[in-house]
Amino acid sequence: MADKVLELKNVTAGYGPTHVLRGITLSVAPGERLAVIGRNGAGKTTLLSTIMGLTRMHGGSVHYGGREIDRLAPYRRNALGLGLVPQTRDIFPSLTVEENLLSCLRGDASLEEAYALFPRLKERRKNGGTQLSGGEQQMLSIARTLMTRPDVLLLDEPLEGLAPVICEQLMAVFEELAKDGSRAVVLVEQHAEAALAFATRAALMANGAIVHEGPAEALRRDAELLHRHVGVAMSA
Amino acid sequence: MAVRFLPPLLMLLAAVAAYFLFPYNLAFLTRIVIMVVLVLSLDLVLGFAGIATLGQAAMYGAGAYAAGLFAIHVWADPVAGLVAGALAGAVLAALSGAVLMRTQGLTLIMLTIAVAQICAEIANRARGVTGGADGLRGIRPGKVLGVWEFDFIGITGYWYALAVMLLVFAVLAILGRSPFGLSLRGIHESPARMEAIGVSVYRRRLAAYTLGGGIAGIAGALTAQITQLVSLETFSFSLSAEALIMLILGGTGRLYGAVLGTVIFMAVHHVAAANDPFNWLFVIGALVLAVVFFLPAGIAHLPTSLKRLSKGGRHAGS
Repeated sequence: MADKVLELKNVTAGYGPTHVLRGITLSVAPGERLAVIGRNGAGKTTLLSTIMGLTRMHGGSVHYGGREIDRLAPYRRNALGLGLVPQTRDIFPSLTVEENLLSCLRGDASLEEAYALFPRLKERRKNGGTQLSGGEQQMLSIARTLMTRPDVLLLDEPLEGLAPVICEQLMAVFEELAKDGSRAVVLVEQHAEAALAFATRAALMANGAIVHEGPAEALRRDAELLHRHVGVAMSA
Repeated sequence: MAVRFLPPLLMLLAAVAAYFLFPYNLAFLTRIVIMVVLVLSLDLVLGFAGIATLGQAAMYGAGAYAAGLFAIHVWADPVAGLVAGALAGAVLAALSGAVLMRTQGLTLIMLTIAVAQICAEIANRARGVTGGADGLRGIRPGKVLGVWEFDFIGITGYWYALAVMLLVFAVLAILGRSPFGLSLRGIHESPARMEAIGVSVYRRRLAAYTLGGGIAGIAGALTAQITQLVSLETFSFSLSAEALIMLILGGTGRLYGAVLGTVIFMAVHHVAAANDPFNWLFVIGALVLAVVFFLPAGIAHLPTSLKRLSKGGRHAGS
């Protein structure tokens, strides 16, 4: 099972009785960079939430490191090595930047690592969670998840609503995180161009199902397919 | 750094000043200090972890009876009695919390009330052990640390309770800044997020409830040792409710709020009840209304609110 750290088999899931995901089969290899792209409402966020155990599964199974984790609580999935950076960022508003990071400190993780990755957070470490800009909140949300030492980092639309210069900074950080191949990164994005430039493999989602899966480079060149499912034309 | 030590220093100075200013009211001052310990325990449970409870008196009463029985039947040493009280409170909180922490909101509140009522009824029925409605009598605590004997004026009692209160305060202040304390505040604000970043919300809430129960048990043990009597009133709903009002008055989640709220509530209660034994609740009610309307974050938030007001903020409490 070493070639697949995370595997979803025919997963159907949603919120309450509603089915959002329909028969998703997807795998992630250790150290892999996977982009999941699709329009708003395609089920991308639900996919990550289901992997993390935050939605109700109606069918299929989720495996991590060869072990079925369908019934595990989110905190146990995190302990195994899954780390989610949510779209909503969910910064704890009454805590400072440093306190947000310390709230989930685990093992040998240290604040200095987080500050080395995001020097801006060190400058703002005494500031409250609500006093941060959108980009800083995203940095904090990513850094906080990294404090739990995930082997598979799930990023839910981390570039949404951010200035282009911040997006570039964040993409550089994702490159840094995926560089040594010890950590798989699953990047869910509507910005197809940035996501496909980063990833080696890509999955295209529409209406709660995966409609295409293959090398990111090939998808990047398939303008027709992208246009049909994401509604964007690639610039290069 | 100096600013950080100023509030605890002021608190200590106020306690010393109160001792010299009101030498004939030591019993009342001691009651305030013990109540502060109980309200601090509630601040950990409600203010930090966001566990809504109206049954903190259950652990307070368990601590009081445990310390009383321990002093009568086992060992009169007060510090050992405190440990017995803390253990009783923590065990009761852990056992009841194992079920209670799976619930939330109104269900949780009702169940916490039920636990306290059950405890009161058990103490009432077990007359042979607890003294029933007559209360547990015959508690004769030994010298504190083998040196200070409890005197009838209450000097030893005051300093003993104060020392315990400051110790509890210091422990909670350190805990509040630790990853454990911060994770509790995170749970309060977003349980789902905390769970996704690796914290078992149930276990943390149970740990906080157990620790809070232990501290409430210490408060109960102090009462038993200093008043040398434990009555069924220690389990009463009104005690839990008053502790909650004191905490809301002072401000939740900041420890100083618990101290300030308790002192103000009990002082106002003392003065108002002395002046008008029938309508004193009216004064307390007006005070709570005023605080909730003008300082929703509590009296401990007053300096921040004033600062904001002076800068042109529209709403002092927001």
